[in-house]
This record gives sequence, C-alpha cells and structure tokens, in this order.
Amino acid sequence: MFLRKIATVVALTTLASSAWAGCGISEGRVSIVGNEFPAIQTIGAGAMECAGGGVTVETNLTADHQKINLPGMTGNPAEFTSAIVANSSIVALMNNDVIRPLNDLVAKHGQGLQKSQLVTIDGNIMGIAFMANAQHLTYRSDVLDQLGIAVPTTYEEMLEAAGRIRSSGLMKNPVGGAYASGWNLAEEFVNMYIGHGGEFFEPGTAKIAVNNQHGYDTLSMMKQLSHFMNPDYLTHDSNATSAEWKAGNVALMNMWGSRIGALRGDEVDAAVVAATATAGPMTVGGGTTAASTLWWDGFTVAKNISDADAEATFMALMHAIRPDMLNETTAPQAVWLIDGYEPTPAAAGVFAAAAMGTKPYPMLPYAGLMHSAAGAELVDFMQGKETAEEALAGLEAAYTTAATEKGYL
Amino acid sequence: MKHKTFFWFFLPTALAMFLFIALPLTSIVSQSLHTPHDQVLIVVESCDPFGCKSETTIDHLASKKINEEKPQGKWVGFQIYTDRNHLAFKEVGELWENKTNFIDFVSSLRDLPFYRAMGFTLTYTFVVTPLVILFGFIIALAVNSLHRHLKGFMVFFSLLPMIVTPLVGSLILFWMIDARGILGSGLQELFADPTLSLKASTGLTWITLIVYGVWHSAPFAFIVFYAGLQTVPKETIEAAMIDGATRFQQTMHVVVPHLSPLVAFVALIQLMDNFRVFEPIVGFSASAHATSLSWIIWNDIGQEIRLLSSAATTSVLTIIGVIILLMPVLIRTWREFNPEK
Repeated sequence: MFLRKIATVVALTTLASSAWAGCGISEGRVSIVGNEFPAIQTIGAGAMECAGGGVTVETNLTADHQKINLPGMTGNPAEFTSAIVANSSIVALMNNDVIRPLNDLVAKHGQGLQKSQLVTIDGNIMGIAFMANAQHLTYRSDVLDQLGIAVPTTYEEMLEAAGRIRSSGLMKNPVGGAYASGWNLAEEFVNMYIGHGGEFFEPGTAKIAVNNQHGYDTLSMMKQLSHFMNPDYLTHDSNATSAEWKAGNVALMNMWGSRIGALRGDEVDAAVVAATATAGPMTVGGGTTAASTLWWDGFTVAKNISDADAEATFMALMHAIRPDMLNETTAPQAVWLIDGYEPTPAAAGVFAAAAMGTKPYPMLPYAGLMHSAAGAELVDFMQGKETAEEALAGLEAAYTTAATEKGYL
Repeated sequence: MKHKTFFWFFLPTALAMFLFIALPLTSIVSQSLHTPHDQVLIVVESCDPFGCKSETTIDHLASKKINEEKPQGKWVGFQIYTDRNHLAFKEVGELWENKTNFIDFVSSLRDLPFYRAMGFTLTYTFVVTPLVILFGFIIALAVNSLHRHLKGFMVFFSLLPMIVTPLVGSLILFWMIDARGILGSGLQELFADPTLSLKASTGLTWITLIVYGVWHSAPFAFIVFYAGLQTVPKETIEAAMIDGATRFQQTMHVVVPHLSPLVAFVALIQLMDNFRVFEPIVGFSASAHATSLSWIIWNDIGQEIRLLSSAATTSVLTIIGVIILLMPVLIRTWREFNPEK
C-alpha cells in the first residue's frame, strides 16, 4: 500500500512536470510490472506520460519482476494490468491463464504495429514485442590488437585468446561470464547446449534428455571457460559481470545486447569505452548453430481486469512504443522492433545473432522447470565436486521430479 | 486467575493464533498432499518476431474444466514428501545399498537437495547458537562492568548489528569480502595468496556465513543477559567476595547459575531462528555452496515455475524439524514447571 502510494505520487509528479502528452485515454488504471534495464525504463517512462485526468499510471520495474508478476496478476481484479515479459517469462503467465488475447485491442488501436511484433499463439495475440535481445561476444579491441589476436568466432578461439592474454600478463582473469548459480548459470548452459546442437527434450514430449555427449561437451567447455574467470564467478550475475568489464578487468565476454549501451556509461574509463567492441555470438565444438539464444521483450495485458482498464493499459503502452519515441538517447538502448528504428553501433551484436540464425529461447510450458533445475544442479560440477555425468543425471532427476509434480509427466 | 478472566484475557491471542498460525498450517499441509492436475498439452501454431512454428502449449479450456471440477488439485498423499527433491527415500535407499563406507554415504547425500540443505542448516544452527550465547554473555559482562556514563552508549553500539536489516548487513559484508573488496583483498595480502577467494570455496563460504550469523545474533543474547545481570543479587556477590572468591569464581558460581534460565530462553529462540537461516544465503549469493530449507522454499515459489506443492512440503518439513530441535529444551522447561510429585 505504502509503495503504491509512493508510485502514485511519483506518477502525479511526472504528470505535473511534463507536458500533457495526450494518449487519447479518458480514464482507467494502468499498472506495469517489468524488468529493470534502460530500454524497459524508457517504456515505463513513456507509459507514465499518459497519466492525468481519470488515468492513473504506476510502474514497478525491478530485477525481481518474475517473482511478483504472476502473483500480482492472479487476483481479480489483478494488481498489475500489464507485465513486460520476454519469451521465457510469457510462458509462465500463459500457463496460469492470467493474460488476455489482444486481438480486439490490436484491431482498434494497433495500427502502427508491424505483423512481426505480434506474439501469436493459436491465432490469439498474447503479447506485443517491442525489442529483441541476445547474448553475444563483447571484446576489448585494444587488448586483442596489442597481442595480435583475431576476434574469436568460436569458443575454442576464445579459450586460446584468453590463454594468450593471461600469459601476456595484461589481465589475470580475462574472461567475464554471468555464471551466478541459479538463472544465469542455467542460461549459459542453455546457450552452450544449443551451440553443441543438443535438444533439451525428447521430441513432442516433456521428457528431458540432456545427459548425453552434447551435455558433457557443454559442461566441459563451461568449466574450461571458468578457469579464465574471476574465482568468484558463481556469484557474478550480469550486473556484476558488467561491473568487471567497466573496471577494465576482463577482455572477452558473452553479454546481453541490451547491456552494451550501459558499458559505455560516463563513469567508465574512457580507454575502456573506446575499446569496447561487439561481434556476433560464437559457435562451439565445430557446430554452425550460435551458442546463444534470441529473445524478444514485449508487453502483455492482464486478464482479470475491466475492459476499460485493459484498453487504457494497451493505449498507454502503445504510446510508449510509438515510433517518435526513438531519439538519440533511446535508440542505442536496444534493438527496437518499432517501425522507423535505425540500428545503432550498440545493436551490431544482436543483428549478427539474428543473421546467424540463432535459435529463439524455447517457449515450452516446461522449459522454466528445466532452467531452474539446471541453475541448482550444475554448481557442484562447476566446483569440481561432481563429474559431468553425475551433474546431468542430477539435473534430469530434479527436473523429472518437478515436472511430475506440475503434471507435465 | 479465575477461569473466566483467563478466557477473556487469552481470547485475542487464541484468535490471532488460530487465524495466523492454525489456518495457514492447515492450508500448507493440505497443499503438500495435492499437486496440480495433469496438464492438457496441445501443439499449436505460434508466431513471434523470429518467425512461426508449431509449439507445445497448455490447453486452457480443457485445463480450466478439470480445475473447476476439482479445485484442490490431484490427491497424491505423501508422494511429494518422498520424492527426490525432498526426503528422497528411494534415492537414499539406493545410496545406502551402493555405499562403500559410511562417510562415503553421508557425502553422497550432498547430491540430494533436502540433505544438502540440512547439512548446512544443522552445522549453522549448532555452531552459531552456542557461539551467540558465549559472545552475548561476554559482551554483557563487559558492558556491565563499564562506568555508568558509558553504558548507555555501549548498549546502543552493541545492538547495532541486530538493528541493521539482515539483508543489508549481509550485502555490505558481501561486498567487503569480494576478491576486490577491502576485507577480501586484505586477506589475500595477509596470507600472501592472490587467488584466495572467500566466495569460491565452500568451506570459507560456510565460515563467512557463520561469522555473519554470530555477528548478527550476538546482540540479542547480549541484551537478554545484560537485563539478567541487573537482577543478580548484590548480597550473594558480596558474600562470595568475603569468602575470597575471585572475579572469575564469582562469575562462574553466582552469575552463571543465576542466568541459566535465560540461557535456555536464548537457546530456544536461537535454535528456532538459526534453523530457518535464509537472508545471509541470499545476501551473500551463497546458494552454490550453502542452502537451507527456507532457501529451498523461496527458490521453489520465488521463480516463475512456482512449485507450490513442493514449497508447502518443505514448509511442513521445516516445522517438523523445528519441533524435533526444540524437543529437548521444551521437555526440560516442562519438567521445571511441573516437578514430579
């Protein structure tokens, strides 16, 4: 309640200080929950512009959005009228049937949208995508140039480059990686496993199948990379890894496209900023599939709210992603899927990922269970306490137990 | 007290206990015996910015019908309790059959999430609790012997670790012990080992968490003992002094026996609190090395997967664990208040 009051006050102050934008909404309640990174903050601020008159707009942007969006949309009426999600997190909302099909609203207010922005499941538009994201190589051009190393295109080349940087004495731990136990570690496993050409499930079923040669190769590569990382790597998420980069401690890392802009922030040493360069995702093990996943971020509208609130929410978010929101500040924040977007240098990596035919993250109802089990079960292997076979057997057993409980098996 | 007076006096408490303890308990016990229904999956055409393909999804109309018929979910009895992610009877049985020796068996239990969590939780509980009592007592004695003008300030100062929110306290320490933090790099200098990392080794992480636990909880024991020290009868101390008892002997033979009921009280509260250790694990991002039952519950429901039955089961197991842990102390207290006739 207290937080809600603060959010309302913030919304009202925003209204008072900014010019009346006029989103064409007469009344309604808009409450948006989403992740916290610059592009999403821009969207939240854009929707806030619609507050005023009978319209209240609140945003709750936090890294913990996945923990609160489902509980906050389950009630009736739902606390959140919209959740900003990605292709993994929309699944949890669809599984629990808390978001509504947007076909009517798109027909009525969605003229500016391109067809590719519509996330359609069985003919129902369940989300509107506004940006794309992927993890890809980020490297320090000055360090590679100084040692005469070519930009790595495979993880094997990355290992070799890391070895040369370390032996040159330039950096002690030249590789950065978001390998924090939990979601991040599992994400790197997913990337690397896809790069090795693995399939997570037996086709057409929810039966997991990762305890195979692809899995062993994946873990072996992750282990080799970790030898070139800060010894605390199991506690490093994307934020901590970015901090390592900004401090000039690492020269090579697989990083989210949406975070590249922030690596060039004002607080970072100018030499590091000038040498921060990106390339497409790398392949691994002689494969041709990029060891990365493609992601979209988009918005959804809650099911358990009045039609008027749903319409207000949709219109406020449509206002936030209108083509003329693109300017010098917002354009480099992401690879926008908005009409009229011109790629900026920060977007090169994500475009390269798309051009390489990188696979999208699997939108399966049970993929989250696998992801979660991997985050907990692979840490013993990374610490050298288990063999790859034991770790993957553990992952399969943990997943199977959870999937049985959830009724998928 | 008259029965009627007692009834009216106790009623608000009883009501609150019923609403906030008994009802939720019933709810989690019921939840732990049910799971969601089998999911009805269908393959549909799904399109996103990266193209269209056939994708498996949940058939909501069909699922809704099943849920409306049986909103409780599917009855599974104790299946969740015995599955691999909890008590893992089958897996433990297999490990026991295939063991080479007992130590090997115990260390292989580490692969099972429940036993892994219990390993850390019990170590933490049984190391932190006595240390908290010991340090709390020492601080209380030290503060009590100060000049009265200094006392107020020192009491406040000693309480600080408890006043700081656990998550904030652990985050501050987490940054300080980072390999590039002030304590982390200080230790590297001290031991002349540039690769020393408190966060990378399981043993050192456990020690860090335990040190944090003692730091955070010692003020609680301190303030209880300090209050107790104010009630130590002066006459007995003086009598002991006349008998020629040293300061140490006075403490051991007069003060400690006087405070012993308080020790039982602090032990009770600390056993309960430490068994539910949670914030430091999150604050120190220590889940790779140390987990606890509370952390498992948080992990089950905190993510998008929401394993409610699993979380409920772990909650019930936590309660059972607390009861077992407190049993000796409770029995002792019972005996003290109901002397045998």
